[in-house]
Amino acid sequence: MAGQALYRWTDPGSAIAIFFGLVLAYLGGRITGGKKGIADIPGLSGFSLMGGAMFRDFTIVATAMGASLVKIRQAGLAGAIALLLGILVAFIFGAGVAIAMGYRDAVSITTIGGGACTFIIGPVTGGALGASSEVITISIAAGLVKSILVTIATPMVAQYIGLNNSKTAMIYGGLIGTTSGVAAGLAATDPKLVPYGALTATFYTGLGCLLCPSILYLLVGWIYS
Amino acid sequence: MLIYGVAVLAGCYLLGQLTGEILGRLLHIDANVGGVGFAMLFLILISHWMQERKLFTTDMEQGALFWSKMYIPVIVAMSAIQNVQGALSGGLVAILAGVIPTAAAFLMIPLLAKLFHAHPETTTP
Repeated sequence: MAGQALYRWTDPGSAIAIFFGLVLAYLGGRITGGKKGIADIPGLSGFSLMGGAMFRDFTIVATAMGASLVKIRQAGLAGAIALLLGILVAFIFGAGVAIAMGYRDAVSITTIGGGACTFIIGPVTGGALGASSEVITISIAAGLVKSILVTIATPMVAQYIGLNNSKTAMIYGGLIGTTSGVAAGLAATDPKLVPYGALTATFYTGLGCLLCPSILYLLVGWIYS
Repeated sequence: MLIYGVAVLAGCYLLGQLTGEILGRLLHIDANVGGVGFAMLFLILISHWMQERKLFTTDMEQGALFWSKMYIPVIVAMSAIQNVQGALSGGLVAILAGVIPTAAAFLMIPLLAKLFHAHPETTTP
């Protein structure tokens, strides 16, 4: 069963390597109690340079070398709509979970909704609105759960959601949005799709930081006043 | 010269990040708005422009492609520094607020793809 699923992946090697990376990260966290996975073990701290935001972003930009401008133009509108929808869907469902779990103040609901978008939008929203540190921690953890889930789930569900072309990759990047998750998910599925998904996903966090503490907060406050 | 290709890539990266930072400041938010995305667009436009004028040699292309190929190792390293422990110890609210919205977003992908007529494509560039 697992073997059959693996067989369909373009590059199961990367998917397996990324999965073992996550396992190492978990072990690092368990052993040291730190926040940077395996890099918290002093002898392996080089991982945080190699896998840090600078190299990640630089290599993502480099993948654009193989991207086609025509395809990006064709999927531009779909990508933009996916971006807006992606933030709205994540926020609404995240806020819904917060409400269902007993949160009744607009600041906490909005912050957890932001965390459901990405682990950056959550704390940025919480910081701007003055949320409690407990709620901000929950929002970061929700964003981390999303990022890891996307990494593992993308190669598994790719064939069922038709993630095999540039347009769907741009829609996927916009709807999912968490840069690390999208970058790792597409790397494990088909590296050729990386530039298209990454292109839309990189606008997600900025847009979320714009919408969550403003319009979406006002909307939640309006419903809960 | 291999290094010219890296220079073009690095220039696009810096220009894109700068654009993202400026856009963030203009919108009064504490985040870089699409800096990597702008950098990608710059790189695509500049490399196309240079290729049309035969200024972008294969040697230069190799310099940029090296970093493109380093993408997978970097992503593997990135996954090894994720705060997996933090995600798993965030409690039920965090797990539900992470899983349910993600599942909803995944379910919307085929709907939007159908709406915008996305088709599987052959491997032409």
